[in-house]
Amino acid sequence: MAREILFMKAINEALDQAMAKDENIILLGEDIAGGAEVQHLEEANEDAWGGVMGVTRGLAPKYGRERVIDTPLSEMGYMAAAVGMAVTGLRPVAELMFSDFIGFCFDSIIGQGSKMRYMFGGKAKVPMTVRTMHGAGVNAAAQHSGSYYGLFGSIPGVKVVVPATPYDAKGLLLSAIEDDNLVIFSEDKTLYGMKGEVPEEYYTIPIGKAAIKREGKDLTIVTIGKMLYVGLEVADILEKDNISVEVIDLRTVAPWDEETVLESVKKTGRLIIIDESNPHNNTATDIASVVADKAFDYLDGPIKCVCAPNTPVPFAANLEKLYIPDANKVLTVATEIIDDLRVK
Amino acid sequence: MTQKAKGMPKLFASVDTSVKELVDLEIRTATDTAELTKDKAKSMYKSMEDIRNFEENVKRFFTAGEIPGFVHLYAGEEAIAVGVCAHLSDEDYITSTHRGHGHCIAKGGDLKGMMAEIFGKATGLCKGKGGSMHIADMDKGILGANGMVGGGFGLATGAAMRNKYKKTDRVAVCFFGDGAANEGVFHECLNMASIWKLPVIFVCENNLFAESTPQWYSSASRTIAERAAAYNMPGVRVNGKDVVAVYEVAGEAIERARRGEGPTLIECVTYRNHGHFEGDEQSYKAPSGEEKEWAEVDPLEVFRQYAIENGLLTEEELDQLREESVRDIEEAIEFTKESPEPSPESLYQDVFAD
Repeated sequence: MAREILFMKAINEALDQAMAKDENIILLGEDIAGGAEVQHLEEANEDAWGGVMGVTRGLAPKYGRERVIDTPLSEMGYMAAAVGMAVTGLRPVAELMFSDFIGFCFDSIIGQGSKMRYMFGGKAKVPMTVRTMHGAGVNAAAQHSGSYYGLFGSIPGVKVVVPATPYDAKGLLLSAIEDDNLVIFSEDKTLYGMKGEVPEEYYTIPIGKAAIKREGKDLTIVTIGKMLYVGLEVADILEKDNISVEVIDLRTVAPWDEETVLESVKKTGRLIIIDESNPHNNTATDIASVVADKAFDYLDGPIKCVCAPNTPVPFAANLEKLYIPDANKVLTVATEIIDDLRVK
Repeated sequence: MTQKAKGMPKLFASVDTSVKELVDLEIRTATDTAELTKDKAKSMYKSMEDIRNFEENVKRFFTAGEIPGFVHLYAGEEAIAVGVCAHLSDEDYITSTHRGHGHCIAKGGDLKGMMAEIFGKATGLCKGKGGSMHIADMDKGILGANGMVGGGFGLATGAAMRNKYKKTDRVAVCFFGDGAANEGVFHECLNMASIWKLPVIFVCENNLFAESTPQWYSSASRTIAERAAAYNMPGVRVNGKDVVAVYEVAGEAIERARRGEGPTLIECVTYRNHGHFEGDEQSYKAPSGEEKEWAEVDPLEVFRQYAIENGLLTEEELDQLREESVRDIEEAIEFTKESPEPSPESLYQDVFAD
């Protein structure tokens, strides 16, 4: 049986293998080693945290604190510094602890890193990766639970990756680090503890390529990040009704894989997109718009988006559960567009 | 050595206590022993003339409606860019501001490519896609003019982190204005630069106005330089209209950074002779009095006098450099006028590196 490791270990392994291969790769962020200049830790060559979730644990002892840099709590400063490092030849991987903190450092993404190559006539390169964490589900409330990958994905010059499996997390992170552009790698915090098959060797998965996780002919469900598991659950349930669902894990939010999605919709004629972000101007609405434009004649019903409501993420457990798209919500809208199939 | 700058008014026309304090503060001026070779003096004066002539032409064409967008002129502040960049090679980095023409010229930016860029031509340094506020030249270590006030702090800090990690003696210089000193990122980057002893020099061009808002209104500290104390780094205030003074102060800071001893904050006191942007009516400026007198101190004349008095350059040599500069700018204009517009397909190019 192939080796199984945790999602967070897959990320750690990708960083480890990338750093071993290229000394220009530098990690920086808040507490990504932890305990900087604490004497007893220094003596033991240890890190205190390895990031708030422990994802980067062990890298500082292995590569040194000059390559795994604990920054002050200065998102604006260190994220812009990462752009400066990238444009002068390093390949920084900056960690933004929670993607909700983007407000502090958005200029480095929206004003600087994403635009430099274009503004400077193609003469600058910004080979930078931003690892960040999104998603509701751990009662972290409104300022630590948002899903902003769609917001990032709407910026020209930015690539956005949202992995759903340990295998994809490793391969896509290695692609992100190899990429000569600004890539935001958005990790769902509720997936860190998931186990899955991950090859030990260095491998990459192309950015911009979705994965068909399950083939079907009656309905296409496109998912982002952990919504993959909601899509698969719905597919299982509908299978009992002899309804065949194709589940596509988008994997990359920008640029998203138009070809795979359009091909699938042309085959099934029905589309549901599940996206945990808020419902307006998000990846789901973008996909719906493009599919309506390019595959209108193939559609047998309206395109449905199942998203979080247009509210911040609530704290109370019962409300948070209501907030996150789940199989029941998807089944409700699925029923609306597959009635004709049931009648058969 | 600290003393009051020549030509620096004791107080401004719009006098109040804080303004008095502002200008009464100690300020570095050139020493008599400035080590300036004849060649260095020549190149520095030529560079100042280039900035002046370049900008006077930009102003002329902008007023005539031939330059699109908006431009922020640097003329009058030449001594700062030139005094600092005289110590730098192409291997060193600078980050600039929205008022960036001077920094780019002083750092060796190609005059033709710059002029063409400002006109939005395909031959511009950025293929016409950046314009006045985004002129950059990676080969010269120019990490870009920057339309975001304070946008350069992080870039320079990151470039310095790169230099330190690569164990080079290259430095990064961050030019910024008194307005940018009030952005939060100023604090974050000066703090990081100091705790990591980064080879970065923060050069504040205090031209007394952030857009239309005076420094004495918007800064709780009387000077920008004194804030350095909070970051445990040297803070020096220098007459920003005296290129020799700037050259000396910047030289010390840059050598310190190259030796691995960390960052310095330099506040160059100057005046913004132009509006925030061209077309600004500048009603916030004092129409007469000592502010006006300070405005009229011309850094080019200050240097000419210094060079002649100290036997560095003759008036004839200085005039010759001025004429040379005028010719160079004329060539840049000629080049620009003959240059094509960007091709329509270039709209879509260079969003991503392949």
